[in-house]
Amino acid sequence: MNFLTNLISGLSLGSVYAIIALGYTMVYGISKMLNFAHGDVIMIGGYMSFIMSMYVGMNAWIALLVAIIVCTVLGITIERLAYRPLRGTGSLAVLITAIGVSYFLQNIALLIWGANPKMFTSLFKGMGALKLAGGQLTITPESLFTILANIAIMIGLTLFVSKTKAGKAMRAVSEDNGAAQLMGINVNQSISLTFAIGSGLAAVAGVLMLSAYPVLMPTTGAMPGIKAFTAAVFGGIGSIPGAMIGGLILGIIEIFSRAYISTELSDAIVFACLILVLLVKPTGLLGKKISEKV
Amino acid sequence: MADRILKSISTRGLKNAVRGSQYKREALISYGILIVGYILLQLGAATGMIGHNLQGQFVPICVYASLAVSLNLVVGISGELSLGHAGFMAVGAFSGILVSRIIGFHMGAEPVILVISMLVAAFMAAIAGFIIGIPILGLRGDYLAIVTLAFGEIIRNLMNVIYFGLDDKGHLKFAFNHPIEGIENSQRVITGAIGATGTKTMANFTWGILLCLFTVFIVLNMKNSKQGRAIMSIRDNRIAGESIGLDVRKYKLMAFVVSAALAGMAGCLFGLNYSTLAPVKFNFNTSVLILVFVVLGGVGNIWGGIIAAALLTILPEAFRQFADYRMLTYAVVLILVMIGTYNPTIKSRINAMWSKINPMKNKDKKKSSKNKKTGKEAA
Repeated sequence: MNFLTNLISGLSLGSVYAIIALGYTMVYGISKMLNFAHGDVIMIGGYMSFIMSMYVGMNAWIALLVAIIVCTVLGITIERLAYRPLRGTGSLAVLITAIGVSYFLQNIALLIWGANPKMFTSLFKGMGALKLAGGQLTITPESLFTILANIAIMIGLTLFVSKTKAGKAMRAVSEDNGAAQLMGINVNQSISLTFAIGSGLAAVAGVLMLSAYPVLMPTTGAMPGIKAFTAAVFGGIGSIPGAMIGGLILGIIEIFSRAYISTELSDAIVFACLILVLLVKPTGLLGKKISEKV
Repeated sequence: MADRILKSISTRGLKNAVRGSQYKREALISYGILIVGYILLQLGAATGMIGHNLQGQFVPICVYASLAVSLNLVVGISGELSLGHAGFMAVGAFSGILVSRIIGFHMGAEPVILVISMLVAAFMAAIAGFIIGIPILGLRGDYLAIVTLAFGEIIRNLMNVIYFGLDDKGHLKFAFNHPIEGIENSQRVITGAIGATGTKTMANFTWGILLCLFTVFIVLNMKNSKQGRAIMSIRDNRIAGESIGLDVRKYKLMAFVVSAALAGMAGCLFGLNYSTLAPVKFNFNTSVLILVFVVLGGVGNIWGGIIAAALLTILPEAFRQFADYRMLTYAVVLILVMIGTYNPTIKSRINAMWSKINPMKNKDKKKSSKNKKTGKEAA
């Protein structure tokens, strides 16, 4: 039973990583950049939801909606102001800019909301835990809904990318930017849309994560951001199912090493697994192998 | 296609090979900056123009400058993105501190202890670089970046669970994942997440400058050697480099290990500058900070990195009274500088403006013609 409980909390944490990793992987797929500010968008989403429900007095679900809208707008703005001027200038410049944006968001949050940690109220407050097997196995509503949300998002996103016109345009742009433009696809719009979706999902992931781990600080998003990024690379960056698999595996590894090996070493084990996977499969589990041509 | 590559190799390669005078210039500027900076700062400190807070930053400035130079070997010269430089720094810092305590138990000559500690630190960091370098250098681009990031985090996490102690008889005690029992606090050397405690601080500004000079000497000589040119040609075109028989892995590993060893030395000096030092100091943000020095100083530019490291350590210290807005401004400036220097339209506009203001547009040409003239006169 202990094993099952750990597995479920692993799946739940992994689902959070998977949803964040989607933002990384989609952005990487379409603009070949490592968006290090993505983790901080999660944090902003968390604060928005917190402020809206605590101080404005909104229903938690409406607060979540507001957080999604704010993060979506934030994502589009960041892309427009900071990343678009640097498109096509090589990864180093964009990487440093993304780090600058990350510092910017963290310090804005520090100025507005202060360094003191805030206790986030769960989105599922008041719901009872699910008890199975005669009370031996409890599933918290946070775990259950996080896993369900992950599945729903994954199905929705896969359908969106494969069936709709906008989704196909996004795929075309990530395949070949120039050719897509020649075919009459609005590249800027597609990239903006990708950032919008990724950042909106970051808000969802932030609220789900904070429901389970309720400490909210300006640096809350940094570590989950790095882990989710690891998850995206683990699964093969650029691949949507890869992000899901990578996130889930990473979450399970983390919870299991916390439970059975060492709390302090859990992060080290997660990162060591990433290195091992990349040794065997240099482009991640589901990543495309790119052959270099002269 | 092949034509283009050959051209790019031959022009770049030739330029690099023939550029002997440019190397001399680069070396002159780098050493000049270090020595002049040393004299000015020492004078400032002696006359009381520079306050105590800033004087406390002298060693960190040297450490960061030397880290920027060594990271430049990987990012600028070898062309690989590394996000784990702080990891090597941590290996150097903690192994250096440990060695200094062990030797310090038997003898008192500080310079000797410092030099031996730094050498051991460099050796340990080189081993770490070798272990991590062998598997990962087959990876390309962003994958390599993420693995170096992962490596840095692993090192920091391991430091959190490592415990070293030194008892009265000078016996070393080690524990993994649990504190050492039965020793006094003053006998603890490295205590998990608390880090190193009770370190005898030996670092000073002179040692810092010597470290910088040594790092610059190694990196510049490496850049200007046969190996350095091989590394740069692989950076410019990996496939072409392979096709002319260069062992890509060997050369990339060489740059990586040397860079790690130099980072270890810098880390050691950093560690011996504080009586207590926690592993959290060597997190991802520190790796990023060093990378920012390299990028703002100009990728591949040795002295640019030194200046960027010095300015970016001094300025936040000087604006401490605006603490709240300091980091925010830093972030905004970072973004603006990146857009200003890399955006093609803005870049060309700035260049156009610059050439209008600056009459020395064709500086190099004029210089060469001058040289010819003087040459003739001499003849």
